[in-house]
Amino acid sequence: MKITKDVVEYVAHLGRLDLEPHEIDLYTDQLDRILQYMDKLNTLNTEGIEPTSHAIPVECLLREDLVKESLEIESSLQNAPERKGNFFKVPPIIEVEE
Amino acid sequence: MENILDKTIQETRDLLRKKEITATELTSFYLERIQRYDKDIMAYLTITGEKALEMAQDADLRIEHGEDGPLLGIPFGIKDIFCTKGIETTCASQILKGFIPPYDATVIKKLKEEWFVHLGRLNMDEFAMGSSTENSSFQTTKNPWDLGRIPGGSSGGSAAAVAAGLCAAALGTDTGGSIRQPASLCGVVGMKPTYGRVSRYGLIAFASSLDQIGPLTRNVADCAIVMNTIAGFDAMDSTSIPQPTPDYTEFLGKDINGLKIGIPKEYFIAGMDADVRKAIEESLSVFEKQGAILIDVSLPHTEYAVATYYVICTAEASSNLARYDGVKYGLRTEGKDIIEMYKKTRLRGFGTEVKRRIILGTYVLSSGYYDAYYRKAGKVRTLIRRDFDEAFKSCDILMTPVSPTTAFRIGEKMEDPLTMYLSDIFTIPINLAGLPAMSLPCGFDTKGLPIGLQIIGKPLDEGRMMQAAYVFESEKNIQKIPDAFR
Repeated sequence: MKITKDVVEYVAHLGRLDLEPHEIDLYTDQLDRILQYMDKLNTLNTEGIEPTSHAIPVECLLREDLVKESLEIESSLQNAPERKGNFFKVPPIIEVEE
Repeated sequence: MENILDKTIQETRDLLRKKEITATELTSFYLERIQRYDKDIMAYLTITGEKALEMAQDADLRIEHGEDGPLLGIPFGIKDIFCTKGIETTCASQILKGFIPPYDATVIKKLKEEWFVHLGRLNMDEFAMGSSTENSSFQTTKNPWDLGRIPGGSSGGSAAAVAAGLCAAALGTDTGGSIRQPASLCGVVGMKPTYGRVSRYGLIAFASSLDQIGPLTRNVADCAIVMNTIAGFDAMDSTSIPQPTPDYTEFLGKDINGLKIGIPKEYFIAGMDADVRKAIEESLSVFEKQGAILIDVSLPHTEYAVATYYVICTAEASSNLARYDGVKYGLRTEGKDIIEMYKKTRLRGFGTEVKRRIILGTYVLSSGYYDAYYRKAGKVRTLIRRDFDEAFKSCDILMTPVSPTTAFRIGEKMEDPLTMYLSDIFTIPINLAGLPAMSLPCGFDTKGLPIGLQIIGKPLDEGRMMQAAYVFESEKNIQKIPDAFR
């Protein structure tokens, strides 16, 4: 399977990344070679093998649902690039027709 | 004060306790060394000198009042990946420049509870992605044994600072070898504990099923002392193992008579430096002389580990790094709408390797490729885990090289990401299996560059690894700090 520029641009969009034209060229070439290397996984028969997501399985621990101290609003907002009152401010999400 | 560098943390604590030195003197000693040497090494991103002296004075007051503790007044360097209240934490990325965490990571909280001294923030590959520290978006750290060479990565700043005597000990993180490989290349002790042994709460995540925190130190006793403080269950990390932690210092000084050491044949490959092979083989005979038994074992799926790892770690990274979107913290670049704002922020904020991994990770998780790559890699991960289970049926511990080569030259592997990825071939399988492993300095190559022996244990068997490491260290006194930095 050959990775094309279109694939890199599409995946970059999914990952919410703008790329410079020279980066698209670079990544197209490199991804193709890296994925070819990863194809060696397909030479292994893994039928009936369960995938591992965590190497050391830990049972889901339950605790009492108690109210505890949490971050204050000011400290939660202290790194905000832009804020309005007690909120993070962002550019428009839904387009409004004029 | 110069000979402090040859003392263990415990010996230094004795001097503090007996008031032969003060914590303030000790901290000033390290701050002066940083002043003198770090312009060459470039291990520190930020030096928190004022804060350090404040903490040291506080420690002195406590000592005055008769308080005691294993790390009271001991100066640490901290990899710039642990959220630390009030101290800029960047992950060596432009996207987090200026980020001041409002809370402490659990490991930082634990060190503070022991009244440690925070000297500064150590350089790393951006978001811990790399094997040379060249992916830092701020500076490249140099190897103290040869300033033309890389210190390894991603915890390269931590390893270099410990090796050059710019801190008593350091914290690092290891996702695919990021503690062990730089420890090996800089000639210091580096421990990656069992996955879940040390809480990851407040650690800036790269690949959550692989990341683990551990110490980098100048000797095995210090490794045990720091592990005693940082290990243990934490309700704030859902993958934390609810098991009591032993006192690791109790393992030091015990003999290794009858210890069964497995030697996996797949780790002695062609392409490995002859000097590395020789040093490892000589080290194994030291263990044998001390009564250990060497056993040949096989880990047949080793050759699939790098491919498995780069599917899993990039997939997890692409998901973890979605949070850097210019909304809650860090860099924001304006755009006409929110999508454009995200895209421009991430274009400017992330470096080349981070973007490469986000793209790769997004690809392997994308519709139509998920089964072929991500699910497949999860299954191969099971096979790799089973290899270790099988091997540990006939031995107590495994020993291998940490890295097939010694430190490479700055710039040597930057053009070809795949070559860089393959330099972690001996450390990656251990993260996939979640096992504890450490790098122990065991010799030098003909160029005078350090070589590390990797000791791999069963889950939660860090104590036995340190027991074996301590026996070796006591037998062979390996130089830890290069002459140029004495």
